[in-house]
Formats: sequence, C-alpha cells, structure tokens
Amino acid sequence: MEKLLVAQNVSKTFGNYKALNDVSIEVPKGSIFGLLGPNGAGKTTFIRIINQITMPDTGKVFLDGEPLQPHHIQYIGYLPEERGLYKSMKVGEQALYLAQLKGLSHQEAKTRLKYWFDRLDIGDWWNKKIQELSKGMAQKIQFVVTVLHQPKLLIFDEPFSGFDPINANLIKDEILTLRNEGATVIFSTHRMESVEEMCDHIALIHKSNKILDGKLIDIKRAYKSNTFEVGLHTQNPEAVTAELHEKFEVSPATFKSINNELQYKIKIPEHASPNDLASYLTTQGQLTHFVEVIPSANDIFIETVQKN
Amino acid sequence: MNHLSLIIKREYLNKVRNKSFIIMTFLSPLIMVGIFTLVAYLSQLNNDKVKFISVLDESGLFTDQFTDTPSLQFKLLSNTSLEEAKSASEENSDYGLLYIPKTATIDDLSKAITFYSEDSPSLIVMDDIEDAIEERTNTLKLREAGIDAQTIKDLRIRIDANLETFQGEETSKLGSGLKLAFGGAAGYLLFMFIIIYGNMIMRSVIEEKTSRIIEVIISSVKPIKLLLGKIFGTTLAGITQFLAWVILIGVLSAVVTSILGIDPSAVPSPQQEMIESGGMESVAQDVIMEIANLPLANLIVMFILFFIGGYLLYASLYAAIGAAVDSETDTQQFMLPILMPLILAVYVGFFTVIENPHGTVSQVFSYIPFTSPVVMLMRIPFGVPMWQQILSVVILFATFIGTVWFAAKIYRVGILMYGKKPSYKELIKWLKY
Repeated sequence: MEKLLVAQNVSKTFGNYKALNDVSIEVPKGSIFGLLGPNGAGKTTFIRIINQITMPDTGKVFLDGEPLQPHHIQYIGYLPEERGLYKSMKVGEQALYLAQLKGLSHQEAKTRLKYWFDRLDIGDWWNKKIQELSKGMAQKIQFVVTVLHQPKLLIFDEPFSGFDPINANLIKDEILTLRNEGATVIFSTHRMESVEEMCDHIALIHKSNKILDGKLIDIKRAYKSNTFEVGLHTQNPEAVTAELHEKFEVSPATFKSINNELQYKIKIPEHASPNDLASYLTTQGQLTHFVEVIPSANDIFIETVQKN
Repeated sequence: MNHLSLIIKREYLNKVRNKSFIIMTFLSPLIMVGIFTLVAYLSQLNNDKVKFISVLDESGLFTDQFTDTPSLQFKLLSNTSLEEAKSASEENSDYGLLYIPKTATIDDLSKAITFYSEDSPSLIVMDDIEDAIEERTNTLKLREAGIDAQTIKDLRIRIDANLETFQGEETSKLGSGLKLAFGGAAGYLLFMFIIIYGNMIMRSVIEEKTSRIIEVIISSVKPIKLLLGKIFGTTLAGITQFLAWVILIGVLSAVVTSILGIDPSAVPSPQQEMIESGGMESVAQDVIMEIANLPLANLIVMFILFFIGGYLLYASLYAAIGAAVDSETDTQQFMLPILMPLILAVYVGFFTVIENPHGTVSQVFSYIPFTSPVVMLMRIPFGVPMWQQILSVVILFATFIGTVWFAAKIYRVGILMYGKKPSYKELIKWLKY
C-alpha cells in the first residue's frame, strides 16, 4: 500500500529530556491512523515535527515521497489539542484570515467557507465574535478552518473534546467522509472507543519509543489469547465447574443472558481447535453462549503500556 | 497576499478597531488639553485677584520704594503701633503686613524685617518684595560710601559673548538651548513610544498564548514571520495613534484658544519670562534663525533611523517576554532588564549630555545600542561627526538583527510552553532547542 507519510528514525531531545527516540512510522494513503500513547509519551512532539513546528534532531520525514519542506504546510490540516481562536475577532473574518495563511486566495476561501458554513448549518455565525459563541460552536469553526484548504493529510489531536454527542457524531461522519474522498487522517486520542470505531492503523508510543504499530486487525489477531466466553446450562454445576477447572484455564465471566447458566472465560492452548472445546462442552450440558474474546484497543493499550 | 502582509494587516486592524484603543486615541488629547486649559484658567484666576499688602515702615527709608502692580497693591501705614497694624490688616483681610523696624544701621535691617500674613505667602510675592528692599538698601549703602548709584549703572557693561566653532559656524546660547530641546524631545518621544507600544506588543503575544490559537497559526507560518508581523502591525497602529494625538491636540488647542480666549501655552514659566525680558520679537527671530542653523536634514534622517532601530530593538525584546510568560502578571521579573537601559539612557541624555555633549560618557553611551537611540539623538544637534553617527546606526541595526534572532528563539519555544513561569536559566536552555 502506498504511504503518504513516512517518518524514519526520528529523534528529538529537549535539554536533558528525550521526547522521541528513534521513532519510525508509516502512514498508508487513505487510512485513518491512530496515534496512541499515554500522556507525555511524545505524540504531540511527533505531530509538531510533521507540522514543521519543531525540527527533529535526527531522522527524516517524507510527505508523499518528498522530504518535508516548508511549502508542504498547505497540504496538511492540523487541529492541535491546545486550540483556540482570536476571541475578539469575527467568525468570518477570522476563518478567512486563517484560510489565507494556508495559501488560499481571498475569493477561494470565501466560496469554500460559504459551502462549509451551509453544510454545518452555521451560516448565521459569520458576523459574530468568537467570544459570543459557546466552546462547542467555536470548535466547529476550528474544524472547518482545519479542513478548508482540502489537505492531503489531516491531523486531529483529540478532535472530539468539547463536543456534545450529537456534534461529536457529526464531526466523526465528516472525518469519515473526508477519508472516503481521499484524505489521510492521523488521529491522536485517548478515547479508545473512537479508535475502535474509526482507525484502521495504529501506532503506540510510550516513553518516547514506538512500541507497537500496524493494522488494527492484525494487532488484534496477534493479541488474542485463544480465550472463549461460554455459557453452559447444566443440571450439575458444581461437578462441571470442578472438571472445567481441572482441564482448562478458567476465569469467571459475566455477560447478559436470560438463562440461569454457568458463565466462564476459557483459555485453550495456542493450536487447539475451538471446535473441540465446543463439542466437549456440549457433552456437559446445553451450550447457550460461545464467543471468542477479541482484545479491545483499550485492552491492548493497557497491556502493552504496562508490559513496557 | 503573502503571509507577512496578511499578519501585519490583521494586527493593525485588530489594534485599531479595539474599543479601548479608540477610546484612548480620542480621550487622551481631550484630557491633556483639558488639563492645560484648566491650569491656564486657574493661574489666570489667581493672577486676576489683587493682593493688598500693608507696609509699616518705621525706618522711613522705603516710602517710595514699593510700586503697585496689577496684582499687588501696597498701603503705607503710619503713626500706628505694630500690634494695631497687625489687627487692622487682619481685619481688612489683607494679603499680609510688611514690617520694617527702625534700626541703628542699614546692615541691621538684613535680619530685622518681618512679613506677617494669614498663610505662608507665595514665594514669587516675597521675591518681589525682597528685591525692592534690596535695591533700596544697595542704593543707600552706595550713597553712604559716597558713590552715586547712577554712576554704577552707567559703568556696568552687559557682555554677550559670540560663540563660534573653529569651522566658522556661529552658535549661541539660545541655539544650545534649542538643540537641547530638539534632542530631548526626540529622546523622550522615543522613550514614551517604546514603553507604550512595546507593552502593546507584549500583550498581544500573551493574548495569542492565552487564547491558545498560537499552535494553529504556527502550523501555517513561521514563528519569525508572526513575530515580525506583530511588531510591524502594532508599530503602524502606534504611529496612527500618535499622529491622531498630534492632530487632535493641535485642533483642540486651537479651538480652546479661540473660543475661551485662553492660551494653554500661556502657563507662566521661568523661560518665558526670560524671553519676554529680552524683547519678544527679536527672540522669535533668533529662534527661527537658530532652527535654520540646526543640521535639520541630518537630524531628521537620523531621528527616523534611530527611532526605527531603537524601537524595533526593544519591541523584539518585549515580544520575547510575552512569549516566555503565561500572563501579564508574570512579566515583572523580565521587565527590569528592559527598563534599566532605557531609563539609564534617559538619565545619561538629560544629565551627562547636557553637561558635556562630547564627553567620554556621552560618547560611550551613544554607541551602546540599548542607549544609543536616546543618547545619540540628543548629541546630534551639537554636531557629531558623520562617521560616528553611521557607526552607531550600524551597531544598532546589527544588534536589532541579533535580538530578533534571540527573540525568535525564545518565541518559537515559549509560545508552545504553558503552565509554568520560566527562569532565566530555562530561557538560556530554550536558545539551544
């Protein structure tokens, strides 16, 4: 798959503090790439390097095959975590100013802004000052300004903070639409459910090092532990429980059910077949529930970070 | 439109449209002219009131010595005791009572005369009275020594030395005063401009930090462009305000003068009295001649260069401070190092340069870039060789480039730092990032 952004062995030191240590990341074209990591891991530094706000000490970054250059700024749309707008400036004027800084002409910027303002139904805010708007409203303007110049690469740092669920959904759909229209998205967040929902690739940075990256599905495959959640309806629960504990690695599980049954997580050896487990269980009683436990992004995050 | 002009335009419009900026632009001249009008009006009121002074002259030597003026009227008392005179003049609510006792010799008078009054009398009035008494006693003493006062007067010659440089340029003391006025005004103007608009730049950098827009902006433009744009934009707004002030003050003064008949510049001052005594018209001519004698072209060009250079130098430092802190209250620790050289420059300018425009101290400070704009501007009217001026300008602009580099470094790192107040040590560390 073609890569839009390639970072090779990027390191950055602030004084005595190493913010990034030899990090290499490849972002495929047209993907939504989750950049994950605990607070202070170095995500923001990495994003700032892509935006040429800070320069790496060593290492190279390529955008669309070319080494990063000042003019690439216009191909990138960046919504930083620390974001805001000039409070005393009018919405329209401010959006025009920011768009022109990204290289759009005054006329072009105006046309596109009209389109986006209509699309998000915020047309009548044009002459309002930012300080008259709520935080969520200001965030919408910020989003529009970020995507207005139709960048190839969109970088969102915690894009949903400050939005109510309805607007968060709206923005999520807009991001997906932009991806479908060909944009590549780098997405940094602590909200694992949105990672689960949106990202197809992830990279995990911890203590300045990249400790994990790849397709989310592949990572999940690698992290699954051959564990199955089962529900078993039986006449003789004590005996069955004892036998299960003897034969397998068993841990208690809880899931919603209408039956009054035994609920367990059962781990089988790596190359054993789930079919064997299932047929064994049917001999013990009525099998009401049989699901493979797939690790969530959240689980993977916690497990990997704690392991390192 | 390129980035820099976009930023300058935004900064300029943002400042100029700001409500408090507009209010200050119109209010300041109003207040200034208002205050001067009030002072002029009050001092006129004060002068209009006639002060009555009773004189009890027991010596009999000063009978004709006190002449009435529009504001001072003397009443000679006789045949009363001091006590009676005191109560009488208190009843009449006189300004005061001058008591001259009879003494054995004229010399004894020096400590014997008393002025009684309700409150402490005005120094100007007392000076006038003392002068009148001294004039009389001097005459009497001269007569005692057998010298006619008129002879002394005739013998006295007033010396007015002509000043001329070795190059044959004629100068004068009046010219020196004018040069001081020119240099002082230029230096003081620059000082005020730096403090007012330097602070404005600092605040606008802090605003960008507190509104958290900074990261959005610098993902589009280089910090140095933003820094320069802010400095130029604010400077243009400052010049606009300054021009508005000059025009408004001019217009308002003219209006006040013509409508109320009060001249705000008529506040009495010692200099004016001096000029008046010399004959108004001839002095006015001299002033015009002296102005024409000043190296005007040189002055104007150098004023512009030093003004721009000095202002930009300090402005970039103010911007760096703004970038280093989170809020205006944190700026204090960094303000001192900026204000010190500025205040030093004004002190050197107003004390050392006035005393000796070409002394070692004056020369040294007119090369140090942080003081040269003020000090050199004050020296130039007294004649500074062109190579020295050029050298000083070059040093100034070279340093400006240095401080912009320094400020840009601080700025680049500082604008993204939130939360803690940096120390000087940290600032130095930032330079290496």
